[in-house]
Amino acid sequence: MSGGAGTTAAPILEVRGLGKSYGSVIALDDISTSVGAGEVLCVLGDNGAGKSTLLKVLAGVHPHSTGELLLDGRAIRFTGPRQALDAGIATVYQDLAVVPLMPVWRNFFLGAELTAGVGPFARLRAREMRAITHEQLHRMGIDLRDVDQPIGTLSGGERQSVAIARAIYFGARVVILDEPTSALGVKQAGVVLRYVAHARDTGLGVVFVTHNPHHAYPVGDRFLVLNRGASLGEYDRTGISVDELTRLMAGGAELESLARELERD
Amino acid sequence: MTAVAPAAARPGTDERMAGRHPFARLLRRPEMGALIAALAVFGYFSLTTASFLTPAGAATWLYSASLFGIMAVAVAMLMIGGEFDLSAGAMTGTTGLLVGAFTTQWGMNLWFAMLLALLIALAVGAANGLLVVKTGIPSFIVTLATFFILQGLNLAGTKLVTGQVAIQNMILVPDFEVGKAIFGSTIPVLGLDLKVSILWWIGITALASWLLLGTRYGNWIFAIGGALQSAVQTGVPVRRTRIGLFMGTAAAGWLVGMLSLFDVATVQATTGIGQEFIYIICAVVGGSLLTGGYGSAIGAALGALIYGMILQGIVFAQWDNNWLKAFLGGMLLLAVLVNLSVRRQAGVRA
Repeated sequence: MSGGAGTTAAPILEVRGLGKSYGSVIALDDISTSVGAGEVLCVLGDNGAGKSTLLKVLAGVHPHSTGELLLDGRAIRFTGPRQALDAGIATVYQDLAVVPLMPVWRNFFLGAELTAGVGPFARLRAREMRAITHEQLHRMGIDLRDVDQPIGTLSGGERQSVAIARAIYFGARVVILDEPTSALGVKQAGVVLRYVAHARDTGLGVVFVTHNPHHAYPVGDRFLVLNRGASLGEYDRTGISVDELTRLMAGGAELESLARELERD
Repeated sequence: MTAVAPAAARPGTDERMAGRHPFARLLRRPEMGALIAALAVFGYFSLTTASFLTPAGAATWLYSASLFGIMAVAVAMLMIGGEFDLSAGAMTGTTGLLVGAFTTQWGMNLWFAMLLALLIALAVGAANGLLVVKTGIPSFIVTLATFFILQGLNLAGTKLVTGQVAIQNMILVPDFEVGKAIFGSTIPVLGLDLKVSILWWIGITALASWLLLGTRYGNWIFAIGGALQSAVQTGVPVRRTRIGLFMGTAAAGWLVGMLSLFDVATVQATTGIGQEFIYIICAVVGGSLLTGGYGSAIGAALGALIYGMILQGIVFAQWDNNWLKAFLGGMLLLAVLVNLSVRRQAGVRA
């Protein structure tokens, strides 16, 4: 139970005793954790554990009710997702915020298009945007054949990676990933995990929200385990094994007995 | 169009691009189907009727296509943005009637009357858009209501003001000839006596195409129609863009209203009624998806060209006029099926 023991860099984003209630429902209570540059914080928990609520507070979707949210050591209260984005905190939601029928490069720059000229008829700098998209994806290790293909034709893992690359390119310092591997097969999940590690290596803080400890463990530096809106503790990678993590998440003995029950031979 | 601009530190060509012939790329354009269909219809009527290819014949179907085309292009943009406007047809009547009533009945200055009619049209479009954006009611319903309101107002209002179901004597309005030069004149081009509306049609199509493909607004329109939630999350000004699209179809309605007003100097109170679906069909035949997020302005213009050619071709071929509707229905069905396969190919992978 060590709050940020393995932290090497100063935390970019930190929460202290954070709580969030919707009316009389307490969704999150007394959470403390942090993420710094080049670090992967995994937020683990079963459905309804409070992962989404924490994510929404960090992303600026909902303001917190109690405790403190610190950005670069200063207390802050986000008024909306835009403010969080401007502060360099990008969230990659489960639906990835991509438009399947649109080309990859148009998706990459959606809402932040590069234009030349002024007024309503400013021209898109299409050539430049294509080149940047190709280069940024290349840097992530995605070698796209054609940035003009609809993003819907990419695999789930590739799309996830495009969304991550987009967040990085537009100046994110912390990327929050909402269940990036949950809809993917084993192979595709591996692809995404590799990009997560890649993002970390480029000096990004990563908050990896997931319910799958097997996906979290290989890339995570620290693990915050939530249960019913409260913290079950934060663990360093060195201080816990994947089995212990799994047991903790599932409420320990419960899963063990289930495993025994389901075991055949 | 090459896929990527050359950039340093990157291998030049990708060997996987080898199989991608430029022609195959062209075939994937949304307007390709409409282009092939247009050529087929053109060929058919050129061969089977004597008057279709004559200068007078061609001028006739081009004129007919131009009025539908302007509307179809605006409607296609709206449909790419994921919405419908059933009031677009009635709007062509409303704007013409307003200008007619303002000038012939109340002696208003022609230009002021036209400006006022445009502002009213834009206000109706904005109201459509606001209702859709604020309430989340499907635009199909909102604009269906607007359609009936406009239809009723057009008829009742015209009767109330003139005692008839049409506004006439526009020719007596001062400056009418100037307006006619802009909106209703005939220009000889290569031996064809082309109505000026055809130039407007080409201009509007070019403008819409540029907006859709060459500016950020186009990006936003495709995104809003393709995945509204994603557009919101990436910070696209969703409301503004959607309302703007409804104002766009209303403005196109005004333009077509003016084009028909100055062409014949008379406005029937029933002008435009029943044409709203033809615009949608032209857009769909031109490759726009009914579900939004995909389509093209040039395609919609081609859809209107097909409609114009069939409309006049049937007359030249001296068939029963009623075949037109059957044709239209068949074409719509075919187009929807083709578009569906496009959407599947574009891989809306789960």
